[in-house]
Amino acid sequence: MRLICPLCGPRDRREFYYSGSEDYLNRPTPDAPAEAWDDMLHLRDNPAGVTRDLWYHETGCGSWLLVTRSTTTHEILATERVADRKGAGA
Amino acid sequence: MRYSGLKVITEGLFGNKGWTRAWRDPAPKAEYDAIIIGGGGHGLSTAYYLAKNHGMTNIAVLEKGYLGSGNIGRNTTIVRANYFIPGNSEFYSHSLKLWEGLELELNYNVMHSQRGQVVLFHSDGQRDLQIRRANAIVNQGDDAEIMTVDQLRAEFPYLDYEQTRFPIYGGMMQRRAGTARHDAVAWGYARGADQRGVDLIQNCEVTGIDVENGVVRGVQTTRGPIRAKKVAMIAAGRSGQVAAMAGMRIPVESHIMQAFVTEGLKPVMDAVISYGMGHFYISQSDKGGLVFGGDIDMYASYAARGNLPMVEHVMEAGMTLMPMIGRAKVLRSWGGIMDMTPDGSPIIDKTPIEGLFIDAGWNYGGFKAVPASGWCMAHLMATGQSHEVARRFRLDRFRTGQLLDEEGTGSQHNLH
Amino acid sequence: MRLADKGLIDRSKLVTFTFDGRSYVGFAGDSLASALLANGVKLMGRSFKYHRPRGVLTAGSEEPNALVEVLDDGQQTPNTRATVQEIHDGLVARSQNRWPNLRWDMLSINDLAAPFLSAGFYYKTFMWPRAFWEGIYEPLIRRAAGLGKLLPKHDTADYDRAFAFCDLLVIGSGPTGLMAALTAAKAGRDVILAEEDHMMGGRLLSDDGQIGGMASADWANATIATLRAMPNVRLMPRTTVVGAYDHGTYSALERVGLHVAHRPHLPRECFWRIVAGQTILATGALERPIAFRNNDRPGIMLAGAVQTYLNRYGVAPGRRVTLFANNDGARIVARQLMAAGVKVAAILDSRPVASVIEDCPVYIDARVTDTKGRHGLTSISVSHAAGSMEVETDLLMLSGGWNPLLHLTCHQNGRPVWREDIAAFVPKPGMIPGLTAAGSANGVFSTAECLAQGRDTAAAVLGLADLPDLPHAEAAPYAIQPFWAVPGEGRAWLDFANDVTVKDVKLSAQEGYVSVEHMKRYTTQGMAPDQGKNSNVGALAVLADATGRGIPETGTTTFRPPYVPVSIAAMGAGGRGVGFAPQRFLTSDQASRDRGAPMIEAGLWYRPSYFPKPGESTWREACDREVMMVRQTVGVADVSTLGKIDIQGRDAARFLDLVYTGTFSTLPVGRVRYGLMLREDGLVMDDGTTARLGENHYLMTTTTAAAGQVMRHLDFVHQAYCADYDLRFISVTESWAQFAVAGPKARQLLNSLLDQPLGDFPFMSCGEVTIEGVKARLFRISFSGEEGYEIAVPTPYGESLFRDLVARAETLGGGPYGMEALNVLRIEKGLITHAEIHGRVTAFDIGAQKMIATKKDCIGKASSTRPGLTGPEREQMVGLRALSDQPIGAGAHLFTPGDKVNRENGQGYVTSVCYSPTLSSWLGLAFLKDGRARHGQQIRLVDHMRKTDVLCEVCDPVFHDPEGGKLRA
Repeated sequence: MRLICPLCGPRDRREFYYSGSEDYLNRPTPDAPAEAWDDMLHLRDNPAGVTRDLWYHETGCGSWLLVTRSTTTHEILATERVADRKGAGA
Repeated sequence: MRYSGLKVITEGLFGNKGWTRAWRDPAPKAEYDAIIIGGGGHGLSTAYYLAKNHGMTNIAVLEKGYLGSGNIGRNTTIVRANYFIPGNSEFYSHSLKLWEGLELELNYNVMHSQRGQVVLFHSDGQRDLQIRRANAIVNQGDDAEIMTVDQLRAEFPYLDYEQTRFPIYGGMMQRRAGTARHDAVAWGYARGADQRGVDLIQNCEVTGIDVENGVVRGVQTTRGPIRAKKVAMIAAGRSGQVAAMAGMRIPVESHIMQAFVTEGLKPVMDAVISYGMGHFYISQSDKGGLVFGGDIDMYASYAARGNLPMVEHVMEAGMTLMPMIGRAKVLRSWGGIMDMTPDGSPIIDKTPIEGLFIDAGWNYGGFKAVPASGWCMAHLMATGQSHEVARRFRLDRFRTGQLLDEEGTGSQHNLH
Repeated sequence: MRLADKGLIDRSKLVTFTFDGRSYVGFAGDSLASALLANGVKLMGRSFKYHRPRGVLTAGSEEPNALVEVLDDGQQTPNTRATVQEIHDGLVARSQNRWPNLRWDMLSINDLAAPFLSAGFYYKTFMWPRAFWEGIYEPLIRRAAGLGKLLPKHDTADYDRAFAFCDLLVIGSGPTGLMAALTAAKAGRDVILAEEDHMMGGRLLSDDGQIGGMASADWANATIATLRAMPNVRLMPRTTVVGAYDHGTYSALERVGLHVAHRPHLPRECFWRIVAGQTILATGALERPIAFRNNDRPGIMLAGAVQTYLNRYGVAPGRRVTLFANNDGARIVARQLMAAGVKVAAILDSRPVASVIEDCPVYIDARVTDTKGRHGLTSISVSHAAGSMEVETDLLMLSGGWNPLLHLTCHQNGRPVWREDIAAFVPKPGMIPGLTAAGSANGVFSTAECLAQGRDTAAAVLGLADLPDLPHAEAAPYAIQPFWAVPGEGRAWLDFANDVTVKDVKLSAQEGYVSVEHMKRYTTQGMAPDQGKNSNVGALAVLADATGRGIPETGTTTFRPPYVPVSIAAMGAGGRGVGFAPQRFLTSDQASRDRGAPMIEAGLWYRPSYFPKPGESTWREACDREVMMVRQTVGVADVSTLGKIDIQGRDAARFLDLVYTGTFSTLPVGRVRYGLMLREDGLVMDDGTTARLGENHYLMTTTTAAAGQVMRHLDFVHQAYCADYDLRFISVTESWAQFAVAGPKARQLLNSLLDQPLGDFPFMSCGEVTIEGVKARLFRISFSGEEGYEIAVPTPYGESLFRDLVARAETLGGGPYGMEALNVLRIEKGLITHAEIHGRVTAFDIGAQKMIATKKDCIGKASSTRPGLTGPEREQMVGLRALSDQPIGAGAHLFTPGDKVNRENGQGYVTSVCYSPTLSSWLGLAFLKDGRARHGQQIRLVDHMRKTDVLCEVCDPVFHDPEGGKLRA
């Protein structure tokens, strides 16, 4: 399995750490209700098909990546740096 | 038909012509008292105990493929009760007790073999944690013992005690742990449920769950609509898709776990051995293959196959722990879809939809839970009350913080 | 029987080997199977269940019968295919799964009991009495089962692993593969050509045909020579591609040194990870047998295998040969045998309409109905269009048609499609992205078609226009009429290795195991070492017939990696011994070892456990001494394993406020603050100190265990939530060597070392100092409860600083201390490690809820307020002071005195203990329900494992110097 890091190019899966779905990017406001935090931390669409999830180029450039890929075929459809996406700022 | 040694002999003498079907192949009826979505180990045992313990026989198990085609058809067959978080302890303890009578209960030899399991530890900290675990197991009423390195050497002389990167400090042994023949468990429950009148319907995929005003009415399937007042979602790795049919989002992420079996070998090891410095566990099947596995591949997937990094990591662990297996050759590897939860523990609960129940989130420990999961799920469906030993397996526990986190790795599904 | 003038063996090189204790001679180039056949040995193995005598069936890695143990290196390799193992001088092989010997095997009694050992019989019996399973039934079954033997001793031989990359991977070097490789190579692409055999050429080495006007083996050799001379081509013989993984990654096993007796510089095997832009599957096809009564005797072989033994090895495996086939193609073998002077007694063609013109008798509409010959075939019974007969024969060749060798295409769970015209499954395009099947693997069988498809497929997948010419070659059509099993009494084998017969498959259907997966699992068909390569399609046909369905509707089981079994040692190469994980060494490692310190694993690091002195016989004596040394004079410890993260930028302070529960933006420059970090789910992730080195410059420390996790977390929080911050950070753990200097004489020691004596340097301050001109960082922090400093220097100075510090400490009555003492010191002071913050505890649990600043947000703050994470039901950290001299241990559970000891009554558990030489008592840190409200009460500590049952007093976790006066001295 290989991923394409936007900074480093195609790299072996061994270089990456996986943390789960993109839900972790949607951090609620501090006063949001418990349901919002539950949604972010625990509940998952868990699609059998295209998903967007988070990979960390741990032994590479240290970028967190948002990868669009298929959970049924493992095809990688798109990769972008988490820091480059719109609204990545505070 | 009742199975026995005598029956095997008499049938053998007459050309094995008299064996009858292990279960019927019924067409689905228009309505049942209860429907179970998923004909895997948990679904089949739920059906069996609904019929056996609660007299509910007008029920159907709907399976999109063949019975036992999920994780019960592909796992490393370990049966143990060595959990330490209250909530898990009593449940797996109950399950192990059910295992111990399963052959006679089902009149089907599931080859439950209490050959023991030892979990090795490799530091003082790991030792203390295993002692905490062992004490919890004994407090629960089950068996556990701490083995010294000398005791391990005597019983497992083939482990590498000298050269290994993480020396063996000792091990936690549970003698009542062991293995079972995984397919036979599915078939035994299927046959038992069928004999009690349960309709086992294969090649019947559920395509929708009918809900009206917050109450479940039945399901849509590839073989037509079926009505029921109670519907159970017992779909393991596919739980997310099934729950989505009812408009629910559940705390499950599906991951791949690979496992491996070698070519047949003469008996070379007895107990199940688990390495403590990385996921690696191994036993030898009755056929002679070494059956072993490691951690999940660590990315969400439904592909039912894995990739090389974890394959190699598992082999490395095997080589550092017990280099005698070097020349055993891996015959087959496979991948199962694991329903991982944010605390590594399962869910057996009602849902916010009346009449809709869920049994899911078995992570990669579902095989040993099959008897108790069915037992408790049947209790919940029949009585409306959680069974005492499964009462903490709440669907809403992540929101409330009543966590059952054996690993202590927190709300990241793949880390459990 | 060896034939003159045939074969590609080197007759100038005699090779001596032994099988079952007898010495034989073969030629270089022989496989063990060909050499044994040449020596007239037909009996090579025993079957799995019935222990039937078996000879070789095939000439390849798919061999189900001739599995042997090979002895070398003081080890033995079970289940070695005699058809693959090359002979070499000194090769020692022996048969397996038999006792006492291959000819007379006691367990062949199972063969007589066969009626009672039908498919799945063991599911129906051995249930009563229950206690007999583990004691009697299972051991008996286990002893009877299994194949070869593994020795219970370490495999210490060398294995290797490697990566390779290419534009085009060609799997198989027959006509298709050679033409594909040639096409791509001439276009300048990087090509890897992998071939399972030790000779490249595939079936061209065996088929005795013509290509481009020369012998096909010569054409193959010429093409291979061309390829070998090209710098962009890598030829990989003895390399089996075994797995197809994601994104063009393939696994392959190279048998590097298994064909030579001595290999001082060669590994046995190498496990390759090949990353290919495109892949062409040119693996050819496998011939399949036909099922009939007693079709498993030694001397019954596949026709194509006989052709290989004849033309490749110059061996005639029989003197009076018969052929039973359902297709035209197999007859060529009979003709070649006759041309070589071997008697062919009869050709038995199952088809009702087929040519009868051959130089030997041909019978159409023929069936082999039974065979005779216990240890080797002697005769067969035949029925045919015109009657029935007995035929004397010692070699019966079978050809039930050919299955494209498509296993790799199924490795990603794609399903092949059934082609009626060739009665076989063929790959569907796209089953593996980037992999294309060509030639016989794709269902075309003539040499001419294979050459063309090899070239055209390479051109298509690589987008090439300039193509080499195709040489002229045989283009005979392949005519087959499916024929799977001869009906009748008795046992007709489908799966030779696992002893699965037609009856077993029918019984499975009779009992309702009609799904092909149920049939497989119930009968074990296809689960043997050959993974059904010889039997799956035949068994499927029988099941389809038994259930009244067609083959496509019945479906297939799937092939999974590896294509051929791969040794664990090869896939795990490098993992044995210390190779399992990287080793991290402190700069003080050698200095510590020089002092006799036992080094213990701490994550990937090695840290000194204690520093023994003469006269100390236990670790405890050394530990107690080191503790008192720190408390009374001064101790030195290497703490470089702690994670160190250098954080800079105008927004560094804001960032720390977000990731820590406390406030760091208010920390003055030159000061250090303790920080607690939560996971977003509100539980404690880690703790440590962070120093403010400058206005926009912080240095964070983490625990040793969580250093990687914290770095990952910081990167995530930064990139996901505040990528616009002016902020940069990097791990500097390995850039600095850092030493704790602790004890009442710590300052005295430092002043003797530093270029400038310390001025006012209060607790929790930091600053730059110099040692002989080298810039160092000094932090006044303490993990021991004494006046403590940590001094950090660039890593290259670490060892000399450690030696210097220790020497100076010793002049003050102090010295080095290790992990054991460090642990005692911190427990006495009530300081936590990951034994306490084990992932299930909250700030509330450890009494640090006040550290969550109320005026700002931080990671984990919201979730930490979940109702289940606070309150008296939670187990809260307390200290335990033993009320007796009996040792206590971590992992013990706590009970209210008087309560029954069971799970329901559990009140908590102990996480850390020590004997405190300072307080002359056993101390513990524990988590106790509502613990903070129970200070002063007694609690019962029960440890079944250590046989401890004692009372302890619950107290505050800080045992030593609770007011902290010593820290601030």
